[in-house]
Amino acid sequence: MTTNGIAIDAKNLVKIYDRGSERIAAVNDISLQIRTGEYVSFVGPSGSGKTTLINLLGCLDNPSAGSLAIAGTEIFGEGRTLSERMLTTIRRERYGYIFQNFYLIPTLTVLENVTLPFAFYRKENARDDIDRLLSHLGLEGRTGHLPGQLSGGEMQRVAIARALVNRPEILLADEPTGNLDSARGAEVGAVLKRLNEEEGITVITVTHNPALAATAGRTIEIRDGRIAERAVTPPA
Amino acid sequence: MITIRTIAYKNLLRKKTRTILTVVGIALSAWVLSSLFGFNRGYESALNKDIDNMGFQIMVTAKGCPYEAATLMLKGGTGLRYMNEDIMKDVLKHQEVKQITPMLMQAVFDPNKGESGGMSAYLGVDPTTIASMKGFLEFKQGAWFTNPEGLEVVMGYEAAELEQREAGDLLLVTPQPGKSVELKVVGILKRTGTQDDGTIFIPLKTLQRLFNNTGKITSIGVKVQKEADIAAFEEKLYQLPDVQVVSLVQVKRTIISLVATARVMVLSIAVIAILIAMIGVINTILMSVYERYQEIGIIKSMGAMPGDVFRLVWIETMILCLVGGVIGNAAAVALAQATDVLIKRLLPYTPTGSIVQIDATLFAVTTAIIVGVGILSGLYPAWKASRVRPLEAIRGEVS
Repeated sequence: MTTNGIAIDAKNLVKIYDRGSERIAAVNDISLQIRTGEYVSFVGPSGSGKTTLINLLGCLDNPSAGSLAIAGTEIFGEGRTLSERMLTTIRRERYGYIFQNFYLIPTLTVLENVTLPFAFYRKENARDDIDRLLSHLGLEGRTGHLPGQLSGGEMQRVAIARALVNRPEILLADEPTGNLDSARGAEVGAVLKRLNEEEGITVITVTHNPALAATAGRTIEIRDGRIAERAVTPPA
Repeated sequence: MITIRTIAYKNLLRKKTRTILTVVGIALSAWVLSSLFGFNRGYESALNKDIDNMGFQIMVTAKGCPYEAATLMLKGGTGLRYMNEDIMKDVLKHQEVKQITPMLMQAVFDPNKGESGGMSAYLGVDPTTIASMKGFLEFKQGAWFTNPEGLEVVMGYEAAELEQREAGDLLLVTPQPGKSVELKVVGILKRTGTQDDGTIFIPLKTLQRLFNNTGKITSIGVKVQKEADIAAFEEKLYQLPDVQVVSLVQVKRTIISLVATARVMVLSIAVIAILIAMIGVINTILMSVYERYQEIGIIKSMGAMPGDVFRLVWIETMILCLVGGVIGNAAAVALAQATDVLIKRLLPYTPTGSIVQIDATLFAVTTAIIVGVGILSGLYPAWKASRVRPLEAIRGEVS
């Protein structure tokens, strides 16, 4: 369902926040294209606007201006914004999300957490081979455990599995290694790389972790809400 | 595969103490509500049973306080006013009368009763009419009197238990200090659940003789013809000199109005209990929603629609109310007898049967009310949760 192999096409994206009388452009006129099956990592200092950008690219927020097309379908544009319901529909069809804090439900087992999205929505091509997915992520034998019984790396791998059960076209990861030590962070980086290479999932990460950024095919540095052109690694 | 119901159930297990306390609050409300409804139903039914089992619809007594007359009618009174038994002829003249039975209530201090003595009450009845007037009475042992003027007694079930008497035994009656007479127990009644259970029946003539009240009676029970206009007949009876006429309808109305105040108070308490439980439920669920704000945002980011989140939180409320409602109702059923005893201690007059009656229908109705309360209580927290925007939740911007 892509057009010319472009998964995300953003043009002149702007996001402005009002802080009292002050107006802050967290994302300031960013245009970029991400190809289907590409692995892109956004880096940059705190407050540079990379998380705001990934939220716009991930349809978690409406932009103040600019346009965004996902797989050739225009989502935002010409001042058009979407209702929360419509954003949800797009999100569950196309995206998987991974967050720094994992956000696993503590009273649910690993298997229940992983299949949690199915309680609300199950895509036609959703995964039936959950055991295989868990095994692929090194979580075999942990299905009955509660999140409190897992290490940080394992918890993040559960969150990754949860993001993958509905076979998203695009996987968005905001600081996925932010709460992990370097060894666990490397594990998660390897998993993301493998998913991108073996399953062809478009992976977009935001990270402060140079090692994780290095696993991406393209690294884009964001500064003051804009793309710092010199810091862009050319696409592989 | 996991469902919204499973998630809701497991969410409630996160803060077990809070969940248990909320369920206890709901259960207490359900208990109060169920017991109140059971009392409302049971009291009237027990009163009707008491009155229907009297065997007559109107009682004629000597003029006095109507409440005293009502008490005399239901429990047997001690503030005795006598009528001459000749008045029976005047009552019988009326065509509305089907049958009458004269009664003499006598109460006396009995030094032989208990450790330090106590009051004993005897009801003098006419052996020729009492059996047909109270045709529903059945005997555990023996039968009615063999001699209308004999030294015989028939004892109600509880009276016999209390005095530990069986048919053929003797019962010592002390009508005046220093003068005791032995009467033979000729019959013991089966339990009826009415005041007859505690009554000691003695032939009218015998009782009059023992208490030196020959020709005197305290009341006349009147059974009227089926088609008779009871209200009009009452008016006619009032033409008789120095009598008080009490109809069962009147008695029932008087008692119900006396108890109505207590019922209103209890109803108010039940409403307050429900409101408190409702606030408790809203508080619990709302706190739970705020604590899971980010989680709800994540759930929405993975595809949950506002309706899904609404349902999730609403189901949590329903589980709390259903469990609390069932536990509270079960407790009300299990402790109905204790509640019965408690209410009987608190109210000045209660019928003899069970006054708290909780059956399956009442159980279902009360549970439905509690669940209804849950549905209402869950609306606001569920609506609040359904409006969570994933991005704000993930950022931790709780509004």
